[in-house]
Amino acid sequence: MSTVRTPPSPFLRPRKSVVLTILMSLFLVYTLVPLAWLLISATKTQPALFGTPGLAFGDSFALFDNIAETFTHDGGIFLRWLGNTLLYVVVGAGGATVLATAAGYGLAKYRFPGRRAVFAVLLGAIAIPGTALAVPTFLMFSELGLTNTPWAIIIPSLISPFGLYLVWVYAVEAVPDEVIEAARIDGAGEVRIFLTVTLRLLLPGVVTVALFAVVSTWNNYFLPLIMLSEPDWYPLTVGLNQWSAQASGVGAQPIYHLVITGSVLTIIPLVAAFLLLQRFWQSGLSAGSVKQ
Amino acid sequence: MTSIPVPVEAPPAPPAPARRVRRRRPERKGWLFVAPFLVVFALVFLAPIAYAVWLSLFREQVFFGGTEFVGLDNYAAVLGDAKFWESFLRVLVFLVVQVPVMLLLALVAALAIDSARLHASGFFRVVIFLPYAVPGVVAALMWGFIYGDNFGLAADLNDLLGRQAVAPLSADWILPSIGNVVTWEFVGYNMLIFYSALKVVPGDLYEAAAIDGAGTMRTILSVKLPAIRGAVVIATIFSIIGSFQLFNEPNILRTLAPNVISTFYTPNMYAYNLSFAGQQYDYSATVAIVMGVITAIIAYVVQLRGSRKGV
Repeated sequence: MSTVRTPPSPFLRPRKSVVLTILMSLFLVYTLVPLAWLLISATKTQPALFGTPGLAFGDSFALFDNIAETFTHDGGIFLRWLGNTLLYVVVGAGGATVLATAAGYGLAKYRFPGRRAVFAVLLGAIAIPGTALAVPTFLMFSELGLTNTPWAIIIPSLISPFGLYLVWVYAVEAVPDEVIEAARIDGAGEVRIFLTVTLRLLLPGVVTVALFAVVSTWNNYFLPLIMLSEPDWYPLTVGLNQWSAQASGVGAQPIYHLVITGSVLTIIPLVAAFLLLQRFWQSGLSAGSVKQ
Repeated sequence: MTSIPVPVEAPPAPPAPARRVRRRRPERKGWLFVAPFLVVFALVFLAPIAYAVWLSLFREQVFFGGTEFVGLDNYAAVLGDAKFWESFLRVLVFLVVQVPVMLLLALVAALAIDSARLHASGFFRVVIFLPYAVPGVVAALMWGFIYGDNFGLAADLNDLLGRQAVAPLSADWILPSIGNVVTWEFVGYNMLIFYSALKVVPGDLYEAAAIDGAGTMRTILSVKLPAIRGAVVIATIFSIIGSFQLFNEPNILRTLAPNVISTFYTPNMYAYNLSFAGQQYDYSATVAIVMGVITAIIAYVVQLRGSRKGV
């Protein structure tokens, strides 16, 4: 509670506080130490992992050997998992963004009959935990012959009630009715107005929805774990855990260094995306909370 | 923690028909935009729920194959199932301890970053949020290794102290250890929800408070916290739902501590293992429904209480 102890100063132009900065730095340490450990460990050979302290480098810098081995181990299965994850992300999260954007815009800008019913159903859906859905979804997909196919992962990823909600709220603010009216007077059809006029105005909101959809698809674990028994269709998350589980049990062949290097490789794309798209998602989120 | 919702305020009620301007046909075309979403939504939300309810009314015949209609027997069995209640109580304890700790840390961080007194506040904001981009599986594996005796930081610490000072994967420590993993993953996400809400508090309120001579503490309690109540309620509801769904972290740490984490450690693990180790699909669906109903009720109560205080 450091913020409350700082000495009184003119509130609107407060001075920077060194004490507060130091206290918050503890937060940074908590956040970064595990990641630092992971990065350092990825540079070690397996014997060095066991032989050196966690936050010290090993004798040799084995990062590139580890990366090469990660990609070639077991016939290059890691590359396959990476490809699967990309497939699920591009089609699943991409589709989720498209569906949520269109629906959010439709709900925000058209007063069509049945709108309130849609609203009520969505609100109910938000309260339903994924737990209640996962097992029944598996059983249903298994009846339909969809388990063990990419569709079992992609179809459930297509729905993001919160993505829809965010676009909805964003569209109310960002797309003036006058713009749509003007386009109609010019004779543009509804779909064309959406594609050529409003989509551009919605962009920060759409990027935010896309980013969060990408994260949840990329990080998806429970759903593929249930749906897939064929390692060839695994995404990175399930594959990595399978590698980790190899270390225990009868005839175990631990490949900790590959699990760790694979983990680093799994994290990097998302961290990069968040850092590069900061401007977009931070403004998109703020807009989302404007509405009280 | 399967799906991560976008942090937002409570949904707006559909605007009342304020402007009674007579509108032409295009309004109906709204369905064109909403229909694709709803079709998929029906397939992946409504159909499984209906199917789960249907399944929960039957029971597999052990010897003859086929199923038998048993009415509400499965529900009675779940409510009398010691394993279910054990797992339920465990996530309840987890919820009562971990969620307040995490949300308080997130709130303090958000207030500090918003206070304009922090050096390099933008850097703090991004770094503290960063673990959210780390997949739950990787976070659990990483912490699992760190906790471990082989090459983890816990082992280093014990070496340093010359005794078994910490044993994160032992029976006594495992629940707080899981709590730490979850806190690490989501504290930044919640911080961002709170921070986004603080950002849009009108500046006039601060000015008024300053003119009234309110200090920092007073401003936080009387201006900032009431202004972000909606965000706090939403974050609390998400965290409650997340806790009741706890699965990834214990399921992954189970490979490292199989004797400490049982197959029915959380309700979600119980439902999963009933299905995939026990083939008891009907019973598993019932467990899932019971948990879903309990979660929805608690989320609803929190929402009601949260908004009532605002009046």
